[in-house]
Amino acid sequence: MPQPITLKDPQLEARIIGARTVTAVVLVLAALGIIASRYHTLQIEEFEVYRTQSERNRVHLQPLPPKRGLIFDRNGVLLADNRPSFILSLVPERIDRLEDTLAEIAALIELSDADLERFTKELKRSRPYQPVPLRFRLTEEERALLAVNQHRMPGLVVDAQLLRHYPHGELFSHALGYVGRINEQEEALLDETNYRGTFHIGKVGVEKYYEDMLHGTVGYQNEENNAHGRVLRVLERTPPTPGRDLTLHLDYAVQKAAFDALGDRRGAVVAMDPRSGGILAMVSTPGFDTNLFVNGISTQDYSALRDSIDVPLFNRAVQGSYPPGSTMKPFIGLAGLESGLVTPETTVPDPGWYRLPGDSRKYRDWILRIRGTGHAPEVDLKLAIAESCDVYFYDLARRLTIDRLHDYLAPFGFGARTDVDTTTERSGVLPSTRWKRETMAQPWYPGETISAGIGQGYMLATPLQLASATATLASRGEHRIPRFLKAVDGAPVEAPLLEPVTAAPENWDAIFDGMREVVHGKRGTAEYLSDGITYEMAGKTGTAQVIGIAQGEVYDEEQVDERHRHHGLFIAFAPLEAPTIAVAIIVENGGGSSAATPIARAVIDTWLEGETG
Amino acid sequence: MSDYVRQMPHHGSRDMAQRPTAAMRFHIDVPLLLLLLALTGYGLFVLYSASGQNMGAVVRQGRFFVVAYIVMLVAAQFSPARYARWAPALYVLGLGLLVAVLFAGVGAKGAQRWLEIGGFRFQPAELMKLGVPMAVAWFLADRILPPQFLYVLGALLLLGLPSALILLQPDLGTALLIGSSGIFVLFVAGIGWRYIVGAGLLAIASAWPAWIFVLKDYQKQRILTLLNPESDKLGAGWNIIQSKTAIGSGGWDGKGWLHGTQSQLDFLPESHTDFIIAVLAEEFGLRGVLTLMAIYLLILLRGFWIGMRAQTSFGRMMAGSLTLTFFVYIFVNMGMVAGLLPVVGVPLPLVSAGGTSVVTLMLGFGILMAISTEKRMVVS
Repeated sequence: MPQPITLKDPQLEARIIGARTVTAVVLVLAALGIIASRYHTLQIEEFEVYRTQSERNRVHLQPLPPKRGLIFDRNGVLLADNRPSFILSLVPERIDRLEDTLAEIAALIELSDADLERFTKELKRSRPYQPVPLRFRLTEEERALLAVNQHRMPGLVVDAQLLRHYPHGELFSHALGYVGRINEQEEALLDETNYRGTFHIGKVGVEKYYEDMLHGTVGYQNEENNAHGRVLRVLERTPPTPGRDLTLHLDYAVQKAAFDALGDRRGAVVAMDPRSGGILAMVSTPGFDTNLFVNGISTQDYSALRDSIDVPLFNRAVQGSYPPGSTMKPFIGLAGLESGLVTPETTVPDPGWYRLPGDSRKYRDWILRIRGTGHAPEVDLKLAIAESCDVYFYDLARRLTIDRLHDYLAPFGFGARTDVDTTTERSGVLPSTRWKRETMAQPWYPGETISAGIGQGYMLATPLQLASATATLASRGEHRIPRFLKAVDGAPVEAPLLEPVTAAPENWDAIFDGMREVVHGKRGTAEYLSDGITYEMAGKTGTAQVIGIAQGEVYDEEQVDERHRHHGLFIAFAPLEAPTIAVAIIVENGGGSSAATPIARAVIDTWLEGETG
Repeated sequence: MSDYVRQMPHHGSRDMAQRPTAAMRFHIDVPLLLLLLALTGYGLFVLYSASGQNMGAVVRQGRFFVVAYIVMLVAAQFSPARYARWAPALYVLGLGLLVAVLFAGVGAKGAQRWLEIGGFRFQPAELMKLGVPMAVAWFLADRILPPQFLYVLGALLLLGLPSALILLQPDLGTALLIGSSGIFVLFVAGIGWRYIVGAGLLAIASAWPAWIFVLKDYQKQRILTLLNPESDKLGAGWNIIQSKTAIGSGGWDGKGWLHGTQSQLDFLPESHTDFIIAVLAEEFGLRGVLTLMAIYLLILLRGFWIGMRAQTSFGRMMAGSLTLTFFVYIFVNMGMVAGLLPVVGVPLPLVSAGGTSVVTLMLGFGILMAISTEKRMVVS
């Protein structure tokens, strides 16, 4: 079938094309309408969202961490200061591949696993565009290496930050404590706002106790940045408020004397000013260099400290609970006088041992082993203190009974935390029948009262408690909470007063008299201390058993293992007529009190020399 | 045959009566010229800000414009009939060069797009942006419209061949752009809606195989990034997040010329080229965007109007295709910067910095002017 021949019809074609062009115009208008509505959505409806986002791009709020307050001793010796330290931080928002950048950095400078671990942790808590610290304490060489390579690695920031520094290292380790990197638990409890930009916090000791004062208040600045992270200008600035400078009662010279006198032995010394409650020295040996902790101690260093048999991280002065031994005798003696059970003239027969009525067990006096007999046929209070007569106090304790003994000793602060302004303090034990029932669910046995009479048995005290009780004794009952803090930004702070210990003046005199005899009497247990002494010192020696000695067995210092030797203790105050210093000393496994007494002399000599100029 | 159509009897006496204006004599479409001047002027203004207040960049672009305007005016002087005659030769030359690119081309980032002849770099695909619609229009102009199935196939072959060669470079964006410029000719030529609907269905049906077999990983990434820019904030998503932020933060009034923080502080990437609309939107606000769109719209309407008033089918189809292609540039660029479409390398026509595309576009407008100023023939 022949196809009909269709001819080109220009008019028809013009109509066809015209119609299609009109269709195209309609489609174009619709499409441009979509585009216009899209821009309308972005620019009008979602304007606020994008305006905020563009501001966030441009303006970064940078925290300005406050300078941590300085810590001084009573004479203005700097104990804790801040030193500039160079820190490498990364701004994760500016780094394409964090892994690669970290690897590149690791090729340039040393990065430990601990550094990386900490960085990863802090990365999670970081705010947008806030530099996250990677390495602290960059050396000159490392800074130079980074500077040369920085252009290849955007997002690297090297800046100086003030870091805590302890000029005296180990000497004040337990007195001050230290700061360290904020960990996760601390993070959870912190005021997040105020600690933005702060990487360190007081971990222990005075640094922790006064964290709020030392830290200060964070400041802020709004910075305009370009996309490459360069700060173009500071738009707004709220300066930080630096932490407050603390002056402590600590005396550098006294602390040093105590530290040197302890030497390489394990022990603790606490010295207080009974007039103020101020702590003049607090030494616990061995100590450690607190600077190690500032930037996160290495695992190796930390395990060395943690696993050492000498437990250097343990603050013996407030955490160490020791049997106070005979250092309790002045306090028990005062209890006896106050209770009216004894007078200074009352005497007790002393054969060198003591036996409870109706009991065959013999309680030995320490002198028995040396002299084969007692201190004297009849012993009065003065002699009982001077020569540390056990029999006298066995008898007194029995007559007082444990509960009354408890009630007389408690006001001195035994058995409870002193509430000193530092951390990790322990309460010690001041036993009573109730205490034993509650903690051990056992009745009190009469023999235990005898042990308590000479500060043994269940009785435990921290060196700080002993020092505080001695200060209370020295000030005839004035009882203050022991305090490190002397002044804040130069404004003095008073140590809070507690309920005083009341006793008749002649009773204080009698106890002082006995304690004076310890040092200055011919028969005193520490009479050798009075050699060349220019003031009057009151003291009391003590020896605490580390291992129990069976009935009938004799302790021979030469034969026991060093770690099983007795602890040597000594409490003292001076000058007798108007005491300005009270000390408590323990030397672990020192064998006896003679290990502790010379330390007291060194400490008190130093203090009194300083006092008189 | 087309000559025959064009030489239909005309009433010479009426033509004689109307004295041609100077604009007519120099083949200048005055409204189009004014609109283009407004557009390029606006563009230079934005470019100064977008290039980081670099006067050098503005001068350079200005020089491109001068060259491009001259090219346009020269192109306007040839009659549409002559373009129709040149079309086959141009097409064959372009095809040859595209083949040459595949074998001897130079390029960067794994794509060969340029030919280097005597130190002069040149992108044959640019040539085909005009060559393809011209060839398809030439091919269809001799046929009875709407074209029969066989001629539709022929036209598809004409546009498909160069598109495929460009796809091999690979340059998906340009391939699609050139393919669609040919398809626009077919559309204007009045091919049946069944073809259009069928092609649309085919396109949807082939999306899945294309995803698996054709698209490269970086292309897939661009589409995924479009759907969820936050998934890759620092990588591919960065551009789109920053451009949306720039646009959105401009609001109605804009932040003021040279005061866009996103663009001036370098947060916006490619701010003087593909993403320049974001600078405009940030600094001049929605007001500025709508002003630009109004200029574009007027240009498009003028283009369509020229097409409808053209004397020959070739001219009508050519004008329709050129105008639609120009529109596609606008739509794709503005859509991509606003996060509506995936990121493809399409500049904002006559505003983005760049030389080649400006010259090609203005050449197109020159042809439009040629069509517009062709001697009126009154068809009885």
